[in-house]
Amino acid sequence: MARTERLALANIWVAVLAFGVAAAMAVMQAISRANLELPFRSSRMYYMSVTAHGVLMALVFTTFFIMALGYVTADKENGKLQLPRVGWAAFGLATTGVVLAAWAILTFKASVLYTFYPPLQAHPAFYIGLTLVVVGSWLWVLEMVLSWRAARKARADRPVSLAMHGTAANAILWAFCTLGVAAEMLFLLIPWSLGLVKTVDPLLARMLFWFFGHPLVYFWVLPAYVLWYTLLPKEAGGRLFSEPLGRMVFVLFLIFSTPVGFHHQFQDPGISANWKLLHTFFTMIISFPSLVTAFTICASLEVAGRLRGGQSLFGWIRRLPWGNPFVAASLLAMLLFLVGGFGGAINAAYMLNSVVHNTAWIHGHFHLTVGSAVALTFMGAAYYFVPRLSGRRLELVPLAKIQPYLWFLGMLLFALPNHFTGLMGMPRRIFTTDYAGAAQAHAWEAITGLTALGGIVLFVSAALFVQVMLVTLLMGQKEPQPPIAWAEPLGEPAGGYRAGLWDRLGLWFVVAVVLVLIAYGYPLWDHFQMERFGSPGFKPF
Amino acid sequence: MNVDLYERIWMWGTAGMLALFFGSTAVAAIGRQFQPPSHVETINPAAALSDPRFASRGVWVDDQGGVHVTVIGMMFVWLPDHVTVPAETPVTFHLTSTDVTHGYQIVRTNGQTMVIPGYVSRFTTRFAPGEYLIACNEYCGLGHHAMAGRLTVVPAAEWAGPGTAAPAAPAPEGGDHGSH
Repeated sequence: MARTERLALANIWVAVLAFGVAAAMAVMQAISRANLELPFRSSRMYYMSVTAHGVLMALVFTTFFIMALGYVTADKENGKLQLPRVGWAAFGLATTGVVLAAWAILTFKASVLYTFYPPLQAHPAFYIGLTLVVVGSWLWVLEMVLSWRAARKARADRPVSLAMHGTAANAILWAFCTLGVAAEMLFLLIPWSLGLVKTVDPLLARMLFWFFGHPLVYFWVLPAYVLWYTLLPKEAGGRLFSEPLGRMVFVLFLIFSTPVGFHHQFQDPGISANWKLLHTFFTMIISFPSLVTAFTICASLEVAGRLRGGQSLFGWIRRLPWGNPFVAASLLAMLLFLVGGFGGAINAAYMLNSVVHNTAWIHGHFHLTVGSAVALTFMGAAYYFVPRLSGRRLELVPLAKIQPYLWFLGMLLFALPNHFTGLMGMPRRIFTTDYAGAAQAHAWEAITGLTALGGIVLFVSAALFVQVMLVTLLMGQKEPQPPIAWAEPLGEPAGGYRAGLWDRLGLWFVVAVVLVLIAYGYPLWDHFQMERFGSPGFKPF
Repeated sequence: MNVDLYERIWMWGTAGMLALFFGSTAVAAIGRQFQPPSHVETINPAAALSDPRFASRGVWVDDQGGVHVTVIGMMFVWLPDHVTVPAETPVTFHLTSTDVTHGYQIVRTNGQTMVIPGYVSRFTTRFAPGEYLIACNEYCGLGHHAMAGRLTVVPAAEWAGPGTAAPAAPAPEGGDHGSH
């Protein structure tokens, strides 16, 4: 397994370094938000830092960490990877892409934010770099699908592990949804930024982006779910409450994650209301597997707490191992996700969206989801996996123990006030908030100060995480580590489960394609029938 | 598949909640035509300033007495940047952009739309009397945070009337209105 461990650690290295740079960009924004006049502070610096933070956190940190988790899962399933060299090719391509995109951003050639809506036009290296990251991730998808198939064949009528099932479902979902952003890059943005074509249709680009952009959030969340289902109950000292429903959950995400992108475009012209309504209904369905997960995970944790001696109705909660960095990070991540999930339902509400769209509410929301449910769980997972992959013990353990709590506190201070200023109409992504002294803008000031404080607490937490990682990876004491072990299911029938309908990922992939053809096929066809006017590029940064 | 009783109750409860969401959304969206701005109409962004639909901008009144506001967004200003409309009256906004994508947001109301070059945005809403900040809520470049305007809403009886004539070529009807 040594080869797989090296590959996974290489991916984790890129993730940790990207995370460190992105966190430094974020603290600059936090200080800017406090309105302190600092020498480096300018709107040019601000919008560059928003772009760098978004790309490095949301696209680089997540993708590389998820690839590492996938390799570990596949290796544990089959004792090897199917195509280890392809894994290194994926790493090489994606890392080259990150370097290209980061160069363009940090030299102020691509301050287009991580949504890169045209006709804002970045340097071609930005688009080409991000495309290489996606192409690299496709090679990872190939490994995941082949590993899943190999495991199925080896086990005959037994299902693959829940971890492999969820990982494979996520990989298929990713391969499918990235077709949208790949089409946007290859057919629209790259030729346009190179000057090969003069204009681009901004709305078509937005439709292709959000074809990818919403499943992207499930691509982030599903690995966290995999960890909550398969690792958390074990580490908390219990068992997984209902294994078969976990299989259903990942399939439902595979089916319903993609035909929902218009809920990010409720306020767009050029898309008729009926199609937005259809996407709204699909969006509501996608909350079902998350709510099922909430029950299963809580029940599994109760099993753990009671096995540890917890007695009364809520007494088991206190007995959970809150001092275990992975368990604490996951539990705190889930608490924040509870708030973020309800906020998400409001974003996706057909009518309420017009009150919160593109306000501070939005970044308040997604810092609770991707910034907490996902990032905090991954940080906790790093404390678990990095020692087991590197054969070095976790160093600076006291810092690793307090880091999740600091993140939790920082996120409460950062994200909740943003929800309030959002409801009070404060737009997102703005360098200053004073609007030349407008009375309505004045009302945001005091609450905005809290988010600056939250940003600083988050930065301290992020710095602790990076420090623990670097010290462990570079200087950690070499000593034997316990093996990676998934949770045992509770109440498994004698002889184990048999593979069933929910294990047929190929079949469910076909269902997903049909739903997407319904939700996107006609609107896109209709779009091409209109007389459309393209836009040349603009670089106002 | 053997599912625990409590878990089955939870799943049915969840399904019930979703049915409620489906129903309430369907009643409001289909029954009462309460929809986000979804107007479908295209325009040449390079010629928008002289396009008959956008050549004269500001507040105008149509044949039936309906109040309209025509606005162009460009880096980093709304044209016009101050409009005055009557309170508690449906006001229909018509917008487009000559350069990048902007977002027209009337702060602390449900009046907002993305303003995408090449497309005409339209929404209808009504306001309580007061002074409102109009912000740009889609990043449009280094002056994004300074792109702002004002909306003054006066009691209908005190409204001085439209500031500009109706456009020579009124915006075609059809497509989907956003009506709030």
